[in-house]
Amino acid sequence: MVQSCQARFDASFGALSDATRRGVLEQLGRADASITALAERFHMTLTGMKKHVGVLEQAGLVSTEKVGRVRTCKLGLRALEEEAAWIESYRRLWAARFDELDIVVEELKRKERENGRKKRK
Amino acid sequence: MDVRSESEATPTRNSTAVERKSECELVVTRTVNAPARLVFEAWTKAELFRRWWVPKSYGLTLLSCEMDVRVGGQYRLVFPHGDSTMEFFGTYLEVTPYSRLVWTNEEGDSGETVTTVTFEENAGKTLLVLHDRYPSKEALDSGATAALPEALDQLDELLASLGSTTEAK
Repeated sequence: MVQSCQARFDASFGALSDATRRGVLEQLGRADASITALAERFHMTLTGMKKHVGVLEQAGLVSTEKVGRVRTCKLGLRALEEEAAWIESYRRLWAARFDELDIVVEELKRKERENGRKKRK
Repeated sequence: MDVRSESEATPTRNSTAVERKSECELVVTRTVNAPARLVFEAWTKAELFRRWWVPKSYGLTLLSCEMDVRVGGQYRLVFPHGDSTMEFFGTYLEVTPYSRLVWTNEEGDSGETVTTVTFEENAGKTLLVLHDRYPSKEALDSGATAALPEALDQLDELLASLGSTTEAK
């Protein structure tokens, strides 16, 4: 399970290691767009943008569909899953931190009670 | 290791919620079973903070943790990273005892993230609300790695630890 996750992450992070590709995902998160529109938006040749979209498509982050002469790009299921997974990994980090925080705070509470007892004596 | 006293029932673990409030904001909430005064102490004293900020289950050690908790004061956390180190640092913008902390995260190369933590006490418990405002949506999205002191090449370790939740404690 970890192995397959790792392969997925390798592909995704490879695809995400480029600022333009991250920008494309961000753009597609707002609305679907044609490769031509994306190329214009990122001041890039059509060929250059096709390459980027190809990498994102391979990673499952984007899916494309050709209707007539226009190839439309939209976020792939994986991109949406990644976001959910990202939030979940962030939540787990915080949950783990807070569990440790509980231990520290319990210790402070105990110390305070002990000090309180001493003071009363 | 067990710090519960005999008079207390087993504390139930409170749940942690994360919500993406907007393109650039993440909010984490959690209740802690203690007065705000003590929770605040655990957030502002380096020797306490370093004990929980890096969960043991993540298998990382903090090399150093310096915190000068006052307005304009700096903090710096140093983690081992391969043969070198990775540093997280920033400045405290607001320090209101027992109720509010605001600091910047200045290590990123895409601008500052500002973290606001509020401590709301109610009936002896404290609701913690942690609000991260990233400089851009892109910075938040790439936070998958920035939020954790792991670099991409250490992601497998992270996944291994996430995958084995039974060993997490």
